[in-house]
Amino acid sequence: MSGGADDRRAERPEAAGTGGPNRSRRQGTATRRVWGLMYRHLALYRRSWPRLLELMYWPVLQMVVWGFVTAYLAGVQQNTATIAAGVLLGGVLLWEVTLRSQMGFAISFLEEVWSRNLGHLFVSPLKPSEMVAGLAAMSVLRTAAGVGPAMLLAFLLYGFGMWTVGPVLVLFVAALMAMGWAVALAVTALILRHGAGAEALAWGVMFGLAPFAAVFYPVSVLPGWLQPVSLAIPATHVFEGMRAALTDGRIAWDHLAWAVALDGVWLAAAAWIFLAQFHQARVRGALLNIGE
Amino acid sequence: MGRMDTPALLVEGLSKTYRPGDAPAVEGLTFTLPMGRTWGLLGGNGAGKSTTIAMLLGLLVPSAGRVIALGHDMATDRFAALARMNFSSPYIALPHRLTVEENLRVYAHLYGVPDMKRRIAELVEDFALGDFAKRPAGQLSAGQKTRVALAKALINGPALLLLDEPTASLDPDTGDWVRTTLERYRDTTGAAMLLASHNMGEVERLCDNVLMLKGGRVVDAGSPAALLEKYGRDDLEEVFLDIARGRAKAEVQA
Repeated sequence: MSGGADDRRAERPEAAGTGGPNRSRRQGTATRRVWGLMYRHLALYRRSWPRLLELMYWPVLQMVVWGFVTAYLAGVQQNTATIAAGVLLGGVLLWEVTLRSQMGFAISFLEEVWSRNLGHLFVSPLKPSEMVAGLAAMSVLRTAAGVGPAMLLAFLLYGFGMWTVGPVLVLFVAALMAMGWAVALAVTALILRHGAGAEALAWGVMFGLAPFAAVFYPVSVLPGWLQPVSLAIPATHVFEGMRAALTDGRIAWDHLAWAVALDGVWLAAAAWIFLAQFHQARVRGALLNIGE
Repeated sequence: MGRMDTPALLVEGLSKTYRPGDAPAVEGLTFTLPMGRTWGLLGGNGAGKSTTIAMLLGLLVPSAGRVIALGHDMATDRFAALARMNFSSPYIALPHRLTVEENLRVYAHLYGVPDMKRRIAELVEDFALGDFAKRPAGQLSAGQKTRVALAKALINGPALLLLDEPTASLDPDTGDWVRTTLERYRDTTGAAMLLASHNMGEVERLCDNVLMLKGGRVVDAGSPAALLEKYGRDDLEEVFLDIARGRAKAEVQA
């Protein structure tokens, strides 16, 4: 009877059936719905310190392990603030941004699956785009709570301040978070398609991309046939840019532009997959019993 | 046309077949639910009640037909309708680690409820939730969970309320309390309700009209009193059994 276009059509402002003067009120209620979803997740953390600790645990652990590895490799255990150490530690920290961004989004969605709450959410006026906005906002908060302490520890233990890269760091982080969201949207689409059986992807999919994303080594190290694959990953350009900033002190605008453009393509593709799977879930009746 | 003139639900030729070649779960369902009325969906397991409710809520895309809820086409404009509808089912949980109050706050935000604190305080009082409002939803008894689910379902003062077995697994006292609360809500607000239930006493008490479903089709319809008369029975449970077992009025009387 109706196609996936219905879900996309319902996303358009005119679908709400009201005109221009009501636009700001609509935006206000949309913001409130996004906040409602965020509040649902923040309430979990408010009472559960183990959950908060878990957010910080892995990024800090990675930081400590790699910090000592770089100290050992640099051969100057009392002075690790070398370029080599900086490149490795910067790689660890920025990769954690990508990883935590993706996991923060996908695991917040899984919380709804585990608590079997999707039925209630999707019969409320919460639109798919608002749900995505809420999950993305939660991923920002979860990433900040996880990677922030690791960055501080890198400075305190190893004298490495990620901010020495300069203001471009904000763009690097934004580009990596956008890639995390794109991957998370695709993972969420797979969970809608295959149910909680696909949840392992939420934990592991980003680790599979790491070898090709030039996190710790330049793209030129990879075999020639693999380099185009690597260059199609937004994070690759961020890490090339980070190395240019740390080793040459320059901003590689070309890499940044590629990262932003590829993020746009990845996000558009992931949004299309998500909306298609959301519609299919409505066709199959999966929204009521997902999680079983 | 005013809001009271607009039917709560206008359903035309609604059908759902999950997979090509399968028997339809719902076929050719057509009805109009006026505002201020309570209608029941009755049928055995697999009759198509849950599928129907899922389509009315926009959770499930129909294979054919259309649903107009509160004047909004659910195929193209469902979010406008959903803001004025709500739903309760014992089979869909609320986040169990959140307290009762937190759950109500979440849904007050999602439904854009004005003066949220006052509305939640009203619901806490109306549904006697005060003793456990700060306890996680997952730690509540079945009866307490049902009261919380109903409070959530009424948080936005819905004009159309869909209820899937609202008193399942409740003791008779709590079940009666729920039915009284629903009656009071309908009578004071003029809301419409569609109720799927296996509790025939509940349907007789609450519903003005009943749609009897079997194999995804409406096999009979009418007020509880009219159905009792038509089948020559004393209670709706016997009518339900007659229909479920395919006994027509003539056979029943013979």
